[in-house]
Parts: sequence; C-alpha cells; structure tokens
Amino acid sequence: MTAARGRSPIFDAPTRHGLVLRYLTLIAVLLISIGPMLWELSTSLKSKVEDVFTQNIHLLPQHPTLGNYGEVRRTIPVWHFAVNSLTVAFINVAGNVIGATLAGYVLARLKFKGRKLLLGVFVSTLILPAEVTIISKFQMITNMGLGDSLIGVALPDLIAMTNVLLMRNAFLALPREVEEAAIIDGANTVQRLRHVGLPAVKGVLSVISIFTFIGAWDDFLWPLLVLQTPDKLTLTVGLSYLDGQWSHDPRTIAAGTMIALLPILALFLVLQRFFFRGVAEGAIKG
Amino acid sequence: MRSHRFYTPWLLMLPALVWLALFSVWPAINTVTLSFTNVHQLTGGHFIGFKNYWLLWHDPHMRDAILNTVIFMVICVPMLTFLRLLLALLVQRNIPGIGFFRTAFYFPVIASAVTVALIWKWLLDDRGLINSLAQSMGFVHKTIPFLTDRWLLLLSAVALTVWKGLGYYMVLYMSALGSVRRELHEAAAVDGAGTVRRFWSVTVPGVRGTMILVSVLISVNAMRVFGELYILGGRTGGVGGQDVSIVMLVQQAASGSDGRLGYASAISVFLFFLTAVPLLFLTRLNKNTLEES
Repeated sequence: MTAARGRSPIFDAPTRHGLVLRYLTLIAVLLISIGPMLWELSTSLKSKVEDVFTQNIHLLPQHPTLGNYGEVRRTIPVWHFAVNSLTVAFINVAGNVIGATLAGYVLARLKFKGRKLLLGVFVSTLILPAEVTIISKFQMITNMGLGDSLIGVALPDLIAMTNVLLMRNAFLALPREVEEAAIIDGANTVQRLRHVGLPAVKGVLSVISIFTFIGAWDDFLWPLLVLQTPDKLTLTVGLSYLDGQWSHDPRTIAAGTMIALLPILALFLVLQRFFFRGVAEGAIKG
Repeated sequence: MRSHRFYTPWLLMLPALVWLALFSVWPAINTVTLSFTNVHQLTGGHFIGFKNYWLLWHDPHMRDAILNTVIFMVICVPMLTFLRLLLALLVQRNIPGIGFFRTAFYFPVIASAVTVALIWKWLLDDRGLINSLAQSMGFVHKTIPFLTDRWLLLLSAVALTVWKGLGYYMVLYMSALGSVRRELHEAAAVDGAGTVRRFWSVTVPGVRGTMILVSVLISVNAMRVFGELYILGGRTGGVGGQDVSIVMLVQQAASGSDGRLGYASAISVFLFFLTAVPLLFLTRLNKNTLEES
C-alpha cells in the first residue's frame, strides 16, 4: 500500500494510488478464489473434439456444448442424486428450525429447575467434533434398520446442538419487559413464542437455515458411511464414485462437479444478504 | 406471576432433549465403550481390553496420519491466521463493488470439499492446467507429480485447505478490526511508523484475541480433515497409502461389509483427545487473560 505517511489505511479516505492498488489486489485475489471454478466450468463446456489435455491452452471452449451434462446423466443418475441431496437438506432445515427454536426459547426465556445444568450439557457437546462420534452413530443407524437410507442420513443432524445454542443467544436479546407485558395480557408460552419471540429472531433463524442447508448439501463423510446402493447416494458421494470409477473424462467429471457446485453458489448469491447480516448479528460467534 | 406450567419447558424441549441424548451424549459414551471391544458391523463382539489401543500404537498408517496432521497444522495455522487477517483488511473498507468481492471470496467456503477437491484434482492432473502452464512456459521439462508423489500430494491438500478456508472468518475478523482504536493508528503514524510497521504493532495486537480463537479453530479443523485428501489422493490415501488423515483411517476401518467398529472407535477416542488439546489451551488462556485484567 502506497498510502502517504500519517494516513491510516483503515480509517482515512483512500488516495488515488491506494485505491488503484486496492482494486488490483482485489482482482488478483478474485482470480485465485474463483479462477479454478471458472476453469472447471470451461472444461465442462468443451466438446469431445477439443483436446483438453493439450499444452496449447484455451481458456474458453472453442465449440461450447452442453453435451457433457448429458454424458453425466447417462453415466450416473445425477438428477436422482441431486433430489436425494435436496431431500436430506430440506428435512434437516425443517427439523433444525423447529427443534432449535423451541429448545432455544425454553433455555433463554423460561425459568425451571435444572436449566443451568441442562445448558451446561448442551454447551459441553460443542467440544465433541462430529467425526469422533460418527462410528457410534453409524452403528445406531444400522441397528435401527435405517442404514442405506436417506432418513438414516438426515436423522442424526435433525436437531444440531449448535443451533439450539445459537437460538438461545438470539432469544436472550429480547427485552424482558416485552415478554412480561405479554404474560399480563394472558398470553401462554406458545403464544408468546410465536408472537413476541419469533419476530425478533428472524435474522438468526435465516442464518441457521442457510447453514443447515449448505452443511447437508456439502456433507460427505456421513452419507459415504451410511449409503451403499447407487440410486440412494447424495451428490457428493455420487461424484466421488464418478471420479475415476465410472468416468475418466475430465469433461464429464467437470460437468458433474458443476451440477453440485452451481446450485449451492446460486442459493448463496440469493440469500447472502441475510447471511452476512446474520453473521454480523453475532450468530456465528455463538 | 406464573409464566408457564411446570411441564411446559420439558414438553417444548422434548425433541431437542431426545436428540441430545440419542445423538450426542450416548454416542460419546458408546464410542469409548466400543473402543474396548472387537465389535464388527455384522457380528457382535466382546470386551478385549486395551488391544485396539495397542494395535493403534503399532499401526504404521496411524504414524503417517499423525505426521500428516502435524504438517497440516504447522502450515495451515500460521498461513490461515494471517492471510485471513490480510484479506479482512483488504475487503473491510466500503468502496464501490466491494460487496461483489466479499461474496466471491466466500464461494470456496460455501462449496463442498468434494467439489473443490475435484476442481483442484483436474488443475493438478499430470496433464492439467498447472502442469501444462509450467511446461509451456519452460519452468519444468518433466511432469510435476502433484497427485502421485507422497509429499506433493500432501502439500497439494494443504494448499487446497488454505485456499478453501481463506474466506472463512472474514466477517469475524472484520468486526474485530472495527474495534481497533483509531487513535493508536494515528499516534503510530505521527511517530513515523509505516504501513507495515503499523500492521505489526497496532493492528495485530488489536485483534490478538480473535487471532488466538481463529488459530485454535484452525488447528482443530486441521485434525478433522477428510474430504480434501480422500478425493485428491483416492480412498486409500495416495499411491503408497501414506497420504491418510486420522478421519480417513476411521472411515477405512469402519467401511466395508464387515467394518471394524471397535478399532474405528479407538481411533475416534484418540482423535477426541487430540482435538481437546487446543481447546483446553484456549480455556486456559482465557482464564489467564481474565485474571490479568
């Protein structure tokens, strides 16, 4: 940064030089972060007649085609995989929104015996990385007869303890007076939750929904353990089999990768407003 | 003033309590129990004492996995802690178009480890973009074996992890940077400190707390790495099977029609104690800072 002496790069209005340099750096980082994705997109659009291995590099496809996407569909039931991923993601979003809201509200707003202890138990589960308990969960799901099923994939994460605690934090911010007024007006607990609590925590609730959806869509290890039958796989697991086992053509693999990547990026683009705002509200810091 | 009946909290919390018990508390206890048995996926087992831990201690793959984890941590922790801070400094100021950049820098975070690893796998392929570029520019004359060499594969997975994690905590750092005091910057500038100097002596100490938290979380995540290595090197962990992570060993032991759940549990217990170290360090540190102030 070439800002003059005595100027603060954080607080002062930028100099012309500083601004140009800043944009150049931003563009360089942009190339690093989304360049690989664009190269994959370009590969997925290259036709069979175009040599993708050549040292004579073409950044853009010379004869753009969607043929590779058809090729993926012929190789693996990719739309089926996408529907499976969507199913797991929607089940988990619904479960977390309902379960975490109810429990978060109780832990934040209701007084009862054992609340402190219970809260302690919820918090202490946070030190357990999901991978540590995955074998025991795997055994349990299999014993329940839910192995190799989408319900089995969705079930353990239906209510995540992190989300319960995030919702508790959100409900804590609600002023006590508002709730006391509602109690005097004769509102019962469920009515207070619906009409006083919920409107105040919409931001955090949307962050939880987005995170849960992305988490379920991106999850790999757990569905890889649980699922075996080819038509039951989720997208990430299906792609891991496509690569090298069912296809050796980089164009086909690239097209499959794009089918998993583009929807989640599009979703993020649409919802990023809620996302960054919710994170700023302190949802992530928990 | 009674706000609710005595059973209302328990009724509303019932689903979360069931999940807490069934999918958090019980698996934690059961993992420890399983680790002392030779339970397989299809056949039940019995108590075998510390035999799984003895096997684990003598497992050559385990030594590879631990070494790989240490390498992951040694590179990822400093790189990600500082690069993220620099990135936050870069995107902090509200200049035209900055929203677009912030969103795009977040893309690798949003993408799944599987998709980004497949993207990198094609980039690093023997005949992929990086090798083609390096050869056509005359940097090298032989193919660089990113995906087949034991160490290059590991370093590629580390680089992928750093790349994917760059945007993460950008927002956390940005809010921490907002609290760095302006007067300190100005005073340092008046004293003749240049940009680099002010970065090290004002900005870094100002966000010290956030940096410690972030580096603890990075080290825990480095111990949990799975998808990146699994896709880049294949399920067996590279050509020689040496590019494995601890979680990959858990998965390998447990999968198949007769997975060794007992042994996989012993590795899981080991992984838990490993991840507890940085977290304990953090609580210890927090206590000390509280006592100081």
